This record gives sequence, C-alpha cells and structure tokens, in this order.
Amino acid sequence: MDHLFEQRSAIWDAFLTTLSLAGISGLLALVLGTVLAGMRVSPFLPLRVIATGYTEFLRNTPLTIVFFFYVFVTPSMGFSFSYKVAAVIALTCYTAAFVAEAVRSGINSVAPGQAEAARSLGMSFGQNLGLVVLPQAFRTAIPPLISVFIALVKNTSVAGAFSVLELFALSKRLTNAYSADVITILIGIALCYLVICIPLGRVAAALERKAVFGR
Amino acid sequence: MDLTRRILLGGGAAAAASLALAACGGGSEDPPVEEVDPSAFPEGSTMARLAEAGAITIGTKFDQPLFGQAGPDGDPVGFDVEIGKIIAGKLGIAPENIEWLETVSANREPFIEGGQVDLVVATYTINDTRKEVVDFAGPYYIAGQALMVAADNDTITGEDSIAGTKVCSVEGSTPAEYIATNHPDAELVTFDTYSKCVVELNNGQIDAVTTDNVILAGFVAADKENLKMAGDGATFTEEPYGIGLKKGDDDFRAFINDTLEESFEDGSWAAAWESTAGTVLPTPDPPAVDRY
Repeated sequence: MDHLFEQRSAIWDAFLTTLSLAGISGLLALVLGTVLAGMRVSPFLPLRVIATGYTEFLRNTPLTIVFFFYVFVTPSMGFSFSYKVAAVIALTCYTAAFVAEAVRSGINSVAPGQAEAARSLGMSFGQNLGLVVLPQAFRTAIPPLISVFIALVKNTSVAGAFSVLELFALSKRLTNAYSADVITILIGIALCYLVICIPLGRVAAALERKAVFGR
Repeated sequence: MDLTRRILLGGGAAAAASLALAACGGGSEDPPVEEVDPSAFPEGSTMARLAEAGAITIGTKFDQPLFGQAGPDGDPVGFDVEIGKIIAGKLGIAPENIEWLETVSANREPFIEGGQVDLVVATYTINDTRKEVVDFAGPYYIAGQALMVAADNDTITGEDSIAGTKVCSVEGSTPAEYIATNHPDAELVTFDTYSKCVVELNNGQIDAVTTDNVILAGFVAADKENLKMAGDGATFTEEPYGIGLKKGDDDFRAFINDTLEESFEDGSWAAAWESTAGTVLPTPDPPAVDRY
C-alpha cells in the first residue's frame, strides 16, 4: 500500500495517459464510426462496399495486430508516427468499426416511415440522415455505444505493450520494482480503470433516461 | 496395382526411417540421474518430499534465447533448464519427470510463495528486495547489463555514449529501470518483449537495445550481419543469476548450493553451459556461491 502512495505521481501520469488515449480515440472513433455507418446505409454502392469492407476487416482483426501494423509496418511504408500517435490511430481505427455497427443498428431501429417522410419532403440523403434519422438512431444506440467505449478504455492497455506508459505498463514496472506487493499493486491499478469505467456507466444510465423522456 | 502398392510401402518406410533419424540428431546429453534413496535426506525436508514424489515443478522462462526458450514441442531448452536438470538429477528425478512451468518476471515470487513451483531457475537476478520474500541459492552465473546496436553503429560504445539516443528494453525490467534512473538523458522506449525491440532496431527507429548480455548475445548470434554488441560486449552492471526457492527453507537452499558447487567441480556446469549458451558465448569461470 505504501508503495502505491509513494508512486502516486507516476500512477497519476499513467492514469492521465490512459484517460487521454481513451478520450481522444473515443471521440475520433465516434466521428469515424458514424461516417462509416452513414456510408453503409447510403444508396451509393461503392460507399457501401468500402464501409462494409472496413467494418468486417477491423472487427475481426485482433487489436494487437492493428497495433503491430501502425507501430512496426507503417514506418517501412514511409509514415513514422510517435508511439502515442500510433496508439491513438490504432485504437481509433479498431473502435470505429464497432461504433459503426452500433450506430447502424440504431439507424435500423428508426421507423422507416421517418426516412420515407423525409424523402417525400424532398430532403437529400445527407439531410435525411443528419437531420431526421441519426438523432433518433443515437438514442437507441446509446447502450451498445457505451459498451464499446468501456471496452475501449480497457483496450488502451494494449498500448502498454507498444511503448506508451499507461496504467498497464506502469503496473508491470511497479510489480517488478516491488515484487513483494504484486497483488496490492494490481488491485490498485484495476481500481484506476474502474474509476474511469464506472462513471461512464453512470453517464450511460443518465443519457438513456433522458432519451426515453425524449421519445 | 501391385507396383503402386510397393512404391507406396517403400516410400512410407523411407519416410518413417528418416523421421526416426531426425529425432535422433541434435539433442544434448542429459545430466546423469542418480539412484537416490529418499531416506538419505533429513526427515520432512523438501528434498525427501521431492525424492519420494519422483517429480518436481521448476519455473523457467520460455522466451529467453540460450537460457530458457520453449521449442515447438512446448518444452524449454537452455542453460537454466540444464541447471534445473542437474539439481533434479541429484534428487533422483529424471528429466522427463520435471514439470516445467513458464514463469515470466512478474510471477516468479508469487509462484514460489504460492507453492506452484518448487524452484525458479529463470534468469533470476539476486537482489535484496527479492530476498525479503524468497530465498536464493547460487549464484550459478553472473550476467551484466549491456547494449546491442546495429552492426554499422560506431557512436554508441557503452554506457557513457547513450545520452540523447533512443534505448529500448522490456517494460518493467531491471535494465529498463537502470536506464530510467541513471540515464535520464537517454530516451527510454519500452515494449513487452525483446523481439519487438530488435524489430525496431532493424527498422532504424531506435538506436540500442539494452538488457542482460546473454539475452543480447542470443539475438546477435541469430543475426550477425545486422546486429552487434556495443563496446565488444562490455557490461556495466552485475546481475547474479540465482535459484529462487521458498523463504526459510534453509535445508533445501544448502542442498542446492552443495549441488551447484559439485557441478562446478565435476564439469557438469561447464558441460551444461557449452551445450546451450556456450554455442555463442565463451565459457566463464563458475561464480562463488553465496551462502548467506
């Protein structure tokens, strides 16, 4: 326990790193995933093919392999990212596939009458999606989306294996330095993850209640 | 029909013969297993328990070239493995009756404390912090931290020339901690395995890899064209490798120390070295065992 207290500034820095990785990747993945979902339901076949291909490929590839690609393979293709940037890119690409599927399920849950009414009013596909369908789709998509973001927070631990000093990498460092206290240190680090994930769950519950009201 | 059958049978026999021959080659001689009477050991001691059971569980690394590396069949080979076999042999336990468990750095102490392993021989550096929770027999080898660089790198020659360079190691390891504490002017990059460090070195993204000299020697041996030891393998710390066992088991520790000293004298330690790490590194003198 004293070791955890001694190392509190290192733990705080690692906590902020995990939080920033999760936050930045989450926001970028939300944007990219929504765009992909829109592409997937669009009337334009090439866009549908690209979006379907992307989602299928990245949903079924392990995150570690995506990391491998952005850390070890892209330098030989000419793009060299710093390890943190590579981590954010890998996490964004991977999570966007899951966000796309969650948003697409939300879109499918919106009554077809909505889209038809919008079309009969002369709205373009973009206006239809952006003004009518997506706002309603997001309400339904909130529970799966929050699950995806909680998973993202835990997935940031993979970055620890690729030279980013976040909570998981720090736990390895501390367990090596204080080998008598391995269990305490791991519990402490797990609590840090809970501190991020539990509020996310509460936010989800609050958003859901608001959405139910909105309907 | 008859001719096809004959050809098939002949081919099958030839294949079986060549498989049998392949299985024969390449194995090193296992250390001798003594006929041991369990009652020769003190009543109730760990040695008596293990000798009676005729089996022992030893924790070792499965991913360190030359010291403990698991082959495709899942069994580890290396210098640590040979030392484990020597000790088991003194207890009358044949190598086939040794259960090898993978102990990565973080779980060496928990496994010893929890009793999942009887011994740990896993490039286990002896230090005072660890002595608070486990006991050490040995050392059986003294390694040192060193640097590995690209074959054409002449700017990094040792510990003093790494300022401002990128040095890679494994997250949470002692060499990484040493660099972080003593060389804050060098940029420390960490991954979870040494092989990733080597990939980055070959990609030119980092300048040096640092860890124990024996681990680096294994990598250099596998790729002599592109890698070399900086400063001709000069080491800048001393890492005595010991055998970890349960704290307080003084009888067992004395027994292992006696076994190690015997192996230094009768040549089995040197033979173990030569068949594993000795293929790449020169045979050192055996260290002095520390009976604290």
